[in-house]
Amino acid sequence: MSAPGRKALLAALVVLISAWVLFPILVIALASFTTRTQLYAWPRSLLPSPFSIETMRFFFQSQGVLQALLNSLLVAALTIVLAVAIGAPAGYALSRFHFGGKEAFRLGILGTKMFPATILAVPLAVSFINWNLYDTLLGVALVHTALALPFAVVITTSVFVGVPFELEEAAMTLGCSRGQAFWRVAMPIAIPGLAAAAIFTFVLSWNEVFAATILTLRNRTLPALVMNAVGLAGAPIDYRFAGGFFMIIPAIIIIFVIRRYLLTLWGITVR
Amino acid sequence: MTVAEQRVEQALPPVRPQSVDWLPYVLLLPTVVFLAVFFVYPMLQAFVLSFRSPDGALTVRYFQAMFRDTYFSSALRNSFLLTALIIPLQIFLALVIALLINTRFHGHAWFLFICAIPLGISDLAAGLIWSSFFTERGYLNLILQNLGVIEQPITFLTFERPAWLYGAIVATEVWRATAIVMVILVAGLQLIPKDYFETADVFGASGWRKLRHVTLPLLRPALQTALIIRTILAFQLFATVIVMAGRIVPVMAGEAYFQYGLYRNINLASAYAVVIMVMSMAITVLYLWLLRTKEAEAGRG
Repeated sequence: MSAPGRKALLAALVVLISAWVLFPILVIALASFTTRTQLYAWPRSLLPSPFSIETMRFFFQSQGVLQALLNSLLVAALTIVLAVAIGAPAGYALSRFHFGGKEAFRLGILGTKMFPATILAVPLAVSFINWNLYDTLLGVALVHTALALPFAVVITTSVFVGVPFELEEAAMTLGCSRGQAFWRVAMPIAIPGLAAAAIFTFVLSWNEVFAATILTLRNRTLPALVMNAVGLAGAPIDYRFAGGFFMIIPAIIIIFVIRRYLLTLWGITVR
Repeated sequence: MTVAEQRVEQALPPVRPQSVDWLPYVLLLPTVVFLAVFFVYPMLQAFVLSFRSPDGALTVRYFQAMFRDTYFSSALRNSFLLTALIIPLQIFLALVIALLINTRFHGHAWFLFICAIPLGISDLAAGLIWSSFFTERGYLNLILQNLGVIEQPITFLTFERPAWLYGAIVATEVWRATAIVMVILVAGLQLIPKDYFETADVFGASGWRKLRHVTLPLLRPALQTALIIRTILAFQLFATVIVMAGRIVPVMAGEAYFQYGLYRNINLASAYAVVIMVMSMAITVLYLWLLRTKEAEAGRG
């Protein structure tokens, strides 16, 4: 094929695929800013007329939505703290030491990453009732931590690999203990990488539907609330459209903010 | 060994042949304990719940109840059917996107960002997004009406139109989950040394032959990872399907959700969970086995 023809074909493909990804987002945005009466009207125009936040307001004023939003943010925050606090030491150990059983540990982490883990919420429901964790935000956060932990270990390993051990050794020669060398030298350099691990964990927790639905009754996270409204109660289309649109806003913002690190972050997590 | 692993090995301090250093084990301990309690334990518990009767004896009654359940056989069939429809499309589309990005055209960073947006979108949200297109008062009907094709809205998502139901679910899942495959493949393409392509150029290989004989064989590990991860995630598919089709198209994870959420039947829900686990493990072993034989054939094992 001639060079200009090839170029035109590539450009056409890029435009076509971009449109495929963006078009549904445009559609749900249009739907979310159309009035509720308009949504049910037939025929009607494609664009919202008038442009209105009524449908979005209806969603937020629906039973339990604001509380569920708060719950989702609390669960995500708890999950981030737990996953980084538990996973980062393991990541540090993998980046700094040779020790017996290291390969077995790595394999175990790989296995947990490739396991259908959300399904484990079903048997955990029984244990959580016994442990008084059922229908609590801490319970959901613990399950989300179990889902995020393998990824947190892998991300933090690569973060600490990027922090030269020589710096810690230098600090120790200057009289720091091993712990002080870590906290004062390695930790500050590792902060941006740990922030990346935190963002990855947030996305995972914010989006998790199955376990949150199984393990809560009244203290719903936002996906669990919407899932039950749609799956068991047959929510109306205005609720569905506004809910769907609202849930993807953080996703688009976060993916935009970390766009430079997408490959590193998601690339690491699959190795 | 991947490039990242090589870097890990180089960054390690030399081995000190002294007494056992307990520090790494202490650092690993929280992760091991946590995963034992919230991962291994519930995994075993799933078997206990689905195989033990209330008096503590071994029983297969929950599995018998599951097999007799009207939804079970179609759920099993749908889970496999949807996986078989969705994954080849995802791998193909992701490969096209990854190869486009790898040409480093002007603006490829924006293209990567756009294609990566669905990474942050849940199956539930994706189902809601696409239902605004396919539902009876949705934008597909509006577009058709504005074009003058139809007078009255058509109900696409109904048991009378199974092709539309499956089509809508497949479109939604391809739209949402191609991104993760794409990222894995782009990362895999970056690991291929440029000299391979230069050598191919020297021998005058065409673009197609380079793809067939250089890129794809070297991309096999990344494709393998993508296949395993995507298949296991596809077996967990439920929210998209429930949003689009309710229970008209039952799937395995969806039945686990209904058994617990609707009937509070933990034993039957656990039986579904066990089947999903076994399916996932079997498919992983199958993929690994397929890779192994192919590598041996190629003489690279």
